[in-house]
Amino acid sequence: MGLLTFKKGIHPSDKKDLSMHKAIQDLIPKGNLVFPMVQHIGAPCDPLVKKGDRVLLGQKIGESKAFVSAPIYSSVSGTVLDVSPRLHTNGAMVMCIIVENDNIYEEVLTMVPHSDYEKLSKSELVTIIKEAGIVGMGGAGFPTHIKLTPPEGKVIDSIIINAAECEPYLTCDYRMLLEKTNEIVEGLKIILQMFPGVKGYIAIETNKPDAIEAMKKASANIKNVQVTEMVTKYPQGAEKQLIYAITGRELPSGKLPADVGCIVQNVDTIFEIYNAVVNGKPLTERVLTVTGEAIKEPLNLRVKFGTSISEVIEAAGGFTEDPVKVISGGPMMGTALRSLDVPVIKGTSGILCLTKEQAKLEEESSCIRCGKCMSVCPMFLNPTKLNSLVLRGEYEEFEKLHGMDCIECACCSYACPAKRHLTQTCREGKRTININRRKK
Amino acid sequence: MYTVSSSPHIKSNDSVQGIMRDVIIALIPATFAGIYFFGMKAFLVTLVSVLSCIAAEALWQKLTHRKITIGDLSAVVTGLLIAFNLPAAVPLWLPAIGGFFAIIIVKQFFGGIGQNIMNPALAARAFLLASWPVHMTNFTVDGVSAATSLAILKTGGDKLPSLMSNFIGNQGGCIGETSVIALLIGGGYLLYKKIITLHTPLAYIGSVFILTLILGRDGLMTGNAIYEICSGGLMIGAFFMATDYTTSPMTKRGQVIFGVGCGLLTTIIRLYGGYSEGVSYAILIMSLFVPFIDKFTAPRIFGEVK
Repeated sequence: MGLLTFKKGIHPSDKKDLSMHKAIQDLIPKGNLVFPMVQHIGAPCDPLVKKGDRVLLGQKIGESKAFVSAPIYSSVSGTVLDVSPRLHTNGAMVMCIIVENDNIYEEVLTMVPHSDYEKLSKSELVTIIKEAGIVGMGGAGFPTHIKLTPPEGKVIDSIIINAAECEPYLTCDYRMLLEKTNEIVEGLKIILQMFPGVKGYIAIETNKPDAIEAMKKASANIKNVQVTEMVTKYPQGAEKQLIYAITGRELPSGKLPADVGCIVQNVDTIFEIYNAVVNGKPLTERVLTVTGEAIKEPLNLRVKFGTSISEVIEAAGGFTEDPVKVISGGPMMGTALRSLDVPVIKGTSGILCLTKEQAKLEEESSCIRCGKCMSVCPMFLNPTKLNSLVLRGEYEEFEKLHGMDCIECACCSYACPAKRHLTQTCREGKRTININRRKK
Repeated sequence: MYTVSSSPHIKSNDSVQGIMRDVIIALIPATFAGIYFFGMKAFLVTLVSVLSCIAAEALWQKLTHRKITIGDLSAVVTGLLIAFNLPAAVPLWLPAIGGFFAIIIVKQFFGGIGQNIMNPALAARAFLLASWPVHMTNFTVDGVSAATSLAILKTGGDKLPSLMSNFIGNQGGCIGETSVIALLIGGGYLLYKKIITLHTPLAYIGSVFILTLILGRDGLMTGNAIYEICSGGLMIGAFFMATDYTTSPMTKRGQVIFGVGCGLLTTIIRLYGGYSEGVSYAILIMSLFVPFIDKFTAPRIFGEVK
């Protein structure tokens, strides 16, 4: 099979060299741990502990009765100092459980290990995955058990592991592919078992040849698994674009991957499924990349949830200069942080620190209609038109021109020579329309 | 304090100024060819035209208390293109008027860069041609008056320059339009730098080629298509003016339609119209259809449900 890809998109410098050769290290937290009750898409969790309680590593401390939600576990043992709102990476104040680490790491086993997972039924597996609190770890944080239970009547024929890691700078998925190769293949086997007759794909961009090699070797004996080599292009890892690249199917507007027979899971998510089913461990930590030109020693870390981002940066040697921009996630879709006093959560795939020079905000100038935004938009939208519609408050026309289909990949803003805030206004337009819809 | 802004946090190095700089670089071969064939007067006309465009933009923005944007170099491009559309023998006040008309009436009155509905340089040429037709059609080579190839084709008279003269640029005509080779070098540079794509120029030149071949000046299938495309302002029009971002369609399909439309109008004017040359009017007229073309060539959305 040749190289697979989608139409349009951009080729930013991938900057993965900064951290890609650094093996994953464990970060031992020093300070208090902060567990936001929102670490996923769906209903916030309710705290299950109160001030003064002692909690153990692996103890469930947050849960919601809603279907679309995922429980939260303590990543250390210690005492609950407080249950109160704290700053979240998304910039909002969110209810958090603050735990003082007693550094004993006394663990409670709430789940049962199943090395013989072949014997488990689909519903048993889904229950384990739900119980473990697993969500999509590429950043979106959609609860995994929901993705794995498509509505009745939807026939799933393709399971895709999203290992494209198309965001520049980030290398944690790449390190996982190299260091947890067999665990990831096992994780994929668990999902394949849930959907008899499906085909598994491991999608990796060509800028990670050793990962492609490793995964090919590890999956060689599994008949229905294929490592697909993807063109290195952003946003190769965007769900709709990835499905199109591999299966040739265009996800219709407003539909879910299951509607075209696909389930897409991030590398870390697959690893955590393995960890939950085979080792009986709930989700309490993740691997992330600390990188950027403003970081002394870029590296890949396994970090316990709740660890402060300032500790994470310290572990990477700190800043090379007074930083001006710290981003949770990658440079294309990540969120700029206003404080480092926020915790690592399930969706934190990287901490990117950019220098003053890189973070310089350029002034917008008028659109010259060069059409670059249109030529890069992987959804085939007209970003400059959508931009002017939002600026004029013409939301109806924005919807008519499919503004709601924008995936916020930011290719348009990246490419715009007039430095117009195209993605930002599309995001704003979508948000306003969603709010208005809810009001009705 | 940390900088907080909406993603993306990295941007490409492209800029409006960079694009305009590339267009200026692409116009340099034709500038030199113009000066070589038409002498220092061509240089002076070009200089006055460029300076008056910059001055007009700065002055207008100063008087209306707007940000002065001459740094984006778009006024320089307009100035060069106006000069390229003038005979070298024009009095020097003519490019100055052209520059002020292009920048203030055609560009700034409509909202400045990116907002004008016609190419400022072309609209200025049309304005000057209508106002001072004698100056605007007084073509000379080496101080001797020389009709353009297209005028000779239309009305006869002088001996037609050879195809080679047309290709090199040694013929009567406007400062920047005569040297096909210089314009092709510039056009090639724009293609290489991905400032333009081949859609518009190919559709434009291709349709003129085919139409003049078929329709012919002496009846069906009598056209010398190669000579026709190397005459007049077609090359500069196809590579530098029909590709003007602001006044041409944004979609590739639209650009092909636009190019074919320009080719059709150019051929009709050249063969059957009152003027011997039709490039500027063809592009000006097609520019008015741009919103319409853009609307009807809007791409299908990924996953669009009809």
